[in-house]
Amino acid sequence: MVNSVSNYGRSGVHDHIIQRLSAIILAAYTLFLFGFVVLNPDLQYQQWSDLFAATWVKVFSLASLISICAHAWIGMWTVATDYMKATVVRLSFLIFMGGVLFTYLIWGIQILWSV
Amino acid sequence: MLVSIYRYNPEKDEAPYMQDYNITIPNNRDVMVLDVLQLIKEQDPTLAFRRACREGVCGSDGMNINGWNYLSCVTPISTPTKGKMDKLVIRPLPGMPVVRDLVVDLTQFYKQYEKIKPYLINDEPAPAIERLQTPEEREKLDGLYECILCACCSSSCPSFWWNPDKFIGPSGLLQAYRFLADSRDTATVERLEGLSDPFSVFRCRGIMNCVNMCPKGLNPTRAIGHIRNMLLSQQV
Repeated sequence: MVNSVSNYGRSGVHDHIIQRLSAIILAAYTLFLFGFVVLNPDLQYQQWSDLFAATWVKVFSLASLISICAHAWIGMWTVATDYMKATVVRLSFLIFMGGVLFTYLIWGIQILWSV
Repeated sequence: MLVSIYRYNPEKDEAPYMQDYNITIPNNRDVMVLDVLQLIKEQDPTLAFRRACREGVCGSDGMNINGWNYLSCVTPISTPTKGKMDKLVIRPLPGMPVVRDLVVDLTQFYKQYEKIKPYLINDEPAPAIERLQTPEEREKLDGLYECILCACCSSSCPSFWWNPDKFIGPSGLLQAYRFLADSRDTATVERLEGLSDPFSVFRCRGIMNCVNMCPKGLNPTRAIGHIRNMLLSQQV
């Protein structure tokens, strides 16, 4: 057993499930948006606005936003623990990543709820 | 035949270097790479490499030949040269600390092997004669027990290169599954608990270098997949 306190779910099994679940949500969201663009060839601001005004789209978008943050954290944590051997460098990178992802999350919520 | 060999004696050399040898193969026969190394050793007794059984059982002579990990004793020179028998480039197993020339330090590799408790654990009273298995139960150990710990797989695995102290590595995990799959072992829960962290098993990214390199034709990636499934069904 290798102890780690900086990974997302505190256990490999937890991270493994979150990584796959978030990937499924992101794939579904990508297909949804792609389908919407294909089905609406003359896309205007009003259609985008109407789409994102619906509560279920807000929920779906927020789930995707949370998924991308969790997915990115697990991925970047893995990359950092593989390649960054100096603790100062790894910790700085992880703090920076955490800050960026948290900012994206709050910013994304703000944008979603402004529609 | 031209043979280029990685040389490094930390007591004498400041840095590793490649040394070339021209070797005449008797009757141009398709001999094993180990035979070539023995011929070179006659020319240059300072060359260091490990070998013992010379028939692919002891796992001592794993080395990197023309970019691929092989057991030199069971690898004919035509295999790494793709039939041309022109040039051999021989290096120690990648990612392992070099003790001297082709001899690597396998301490970390054995530490990981020790971690998985490579022995049968059974807390039930011992039967009068032996613990029996059905032929089906015994069959589950095929493709697992044959590992000879040559380190060809783990030394080809980038996850093991980056985290040799945390990731068990393909060889250790194949052995871990060998005991998880054994019907006579009663420590399944404890074994799985020891593997559930983000490094021990989950650092495997499934690139299957281990499957390509294994000189015994075993499949550590499949064993790792089985361990993952056992962890998921136990802990979800």
